[in-house]
Amino acid sequence: MSAREDILSNIRRSLGVTGREEPRLSAMQERLKSAPRGVVPMRGQVSGEARVALLRAEAERVAASVAEVAQPQDIVLEVARYLREHNLPASLRMGADARLNGLDWSATAIEVSHGPSAGDDLNGLSHAFGAVAETGTLAMVSGADNPTTLNFLPDNHIVVLREADLLSDAESLWDRLRATYGKALAPRTVNLITGPSRSGDIEQQIVLGAHGPRRLHIVILRD
Amino acid sequence: MTIHSTSPAFKRNAHNALADKQLQQALGNVRAGFIDKRTQAAERLPEFEALRDSARDIKNHVLAHLDLYLEHYETKVREAGGHVHFARTTEEACATIVEICKAQGARTVTKGKSMVSEEIGLNAAIEAAGMEAVETDLGEYIIQLRGETPSHIIAPAVHLMKEQVADDFRRIHTHLDADRDLTQPEALLTEARMVLRKRFLEADVGITGANFLVAETGTSIIVTNEGNGDLTQTLPRVHIVIASIEKIVPTLEDAAQILRVLGRSATGQDMSVYTTLSTGPRRPGDVDGPQAYHVVLVDNGRSAMLGTEFEDMLRCIRCGACMNHCPVYHAVGGHAYGWVYPGPMGAVLSPSLLGVDKAGHLPNASTFCGRCESVCPVRIPLPKLMRHWREREYERHLAPATFRYGLGLWAFFARRPALYKFATGLAMPVLGYLGRKAGRFAKLPLASGWTDHRDMPAPQGKTFQAQWRERGGRTR
Repeated sequence: MSAREDILSNIRRSLGVTGREEPRLSAMQERLKSAPRGVVPMRGQVSGEARVALLRAEAERVAASVAEVAQPQDIVLEVARYLREHNLPASLRMGADARLNGLDWSATAIEVSHGPSAGDDLNGLSHAFGAVAETGTLAMVSGADNPTTLNFLPDNHIVVLREADLLSDAESLWDRLRATYGKALAPRTVNLITGPSRSGDIEQQIVLGAHGPRRLHIVILRD
Repeated sequence: MTIHSTSPAFKRNAHNALADKQLQQALGNVRAGFIDKRTQAAERLPEFEALRDSARDIKNHVLAHLDLYLEHYETKVREAGGHVHFARTTEEACATIVEICKAQGARTVTKGKSMVSEEIGLNAAIEAAGMEAVETDLGEYIIQLRGETPSHIIAPAVHLMKEQVADDFRRIHTHLDADRDLTQPEALLTEARMVLRKRFLEADVGITGANFLVAETGTSIIVTNEGNGDLTQTLPRVHIVIASIEKIVPTLEDAAQILRVLGRSATGQDMSVYTTLSTGPRRPGDVDGPQAYHVVLVDNGRSAMLGTEFEDMLRCIRCGACMNHCPVYHAVGGHAYGWVYPGPMGAVLSPSLLGVDKAGHLPNASTFCGRCESVCPVRIPLPKLMRHWREREYERHLAPATFRYGLGLWAFFARRPALYKFATGLAMPVLGYLGRKAGRFAKLPLASGWTDHRDMPAPQGKTFQAQWRERGGRTR
């Protein structure tokens, strides 16, 4: 018998089932179909100004920084300001996302390059798919628009988030993913990012910038 | 390749650990760090206890339908372009992974942190096949340099002080300036980041574990703080996921429920920094990500635990809260347990996976204080399960002779109430008199195993039975 058959029949023997019992099959199918939400904390159940404030508070708690801008072109100014403030070189790596490429970067001295990171970019810029206010978490999806490597290889990661994509909880994020990509969850990778990279592996002391970005800056585009 | 176990030598291991001053200092970090962080995180979320119930119920539902969810998960992974492999034993799991690596002509294999890969002894198997396995989690990297196994399931190098890590880095990273300053954790982390960045970029295959396998979508989820798991699975041509069969959850909603108790129970974080969902290989048009995606599902004794009194253990989500709150773990650390899984969860799981003859006495290393159960996010009755193992060990005459004689001696008196009353009535005042000054004994004849590392309290007042009678307790 193959390992697969062996394991499945061992499980069935232990559980005392055949695998063909109708109530079990329908219990599974019902659960997959209805996807019950369980206990969703009240903390995230706010909207409007309060939701933006919650995201900001939760993101800052985990050592990310947050800025708000009123219109798309202000993103360019905010990125330039951020790089200057931290004495970073005026260079930026980004993917093919039209919402970022459509901005007029020539208005600043920032040198923009495109594509995934090969590991030597200091600053990366991405556009978030969404965010979860409850925990200050960004949701990034893979693809040419926002390559996954930009989320991890640059030392400084700047992420643009539209206020309309700011959600209360993870459950709302799953709904948004299903609505966008269908139930098959089309992107290869969804990165939920809560603050910059860190490690506590040496004497339990938290140090930022383990293997991923040392800094995470969120720019919220208010609608 | 199974990792060599020294679990049978727990007593000697524990003895050595108690005498190890450096280890005792490092274990102070466990006592100080984890407990407060978890308490604060739990208190900040009013729904925390309700979420623990929810997490327990989800896991129980999965275990009762495990065969069906595994089949559904497998179908979904295939639909997304991935491959699923089943492995009955550690040998099958290692052989499957080595084969995939070899077919790629791999030279370097990077690894994210995975306890099941420790369980199957994967690094040794990869090295034996002529390839290099590189651990990329900072703690795992440190212990790999030292040739050690993890002493904690989420903080593998928690038994070490930073000076020891600095010495190891100087010993191994000989291409760097010998006079560099490595006194602070920041400097050590920066050096590991620089050294490992190169290894990430040159790796041919990346292996990660999985915190969840989502049946609904065929997605594997990893939860990390460093980002090493993501570089491990994004940069190489091939991503292999190794996971044990009970990691399945039905839907993303179910994963979200358990995620809310996982980070809080483990490190006191509401969310760990990176929670990553991976489904199949890169899509057409993607500019990064692996070209092939494999999942190796490991049984290694778990299917046999279903339907037994140890089934509850399969709910474990490997957060480490039980060991963080365990007075025995605090005293002896993880290595004394002699195998991959330490602390209360290890004391229950190791006998199931290794056999009661090899690890059956680990459950004896418990004070039955119940703290592990009180903090377990999926409410595993760990003390009860340890008691089951004790009973089995005793039934199979595996308990040590001194223990059996001692119990026999006690039973002799216990069956003769008059004699018992007489003997304890005699011993209590004598011990109480001898220990009246300090209220405790730093040394007692025949009890050095106790008094070498802690004091024995001196009896205060009368025996339990005498007090019971005085307070009008019922007697038969």
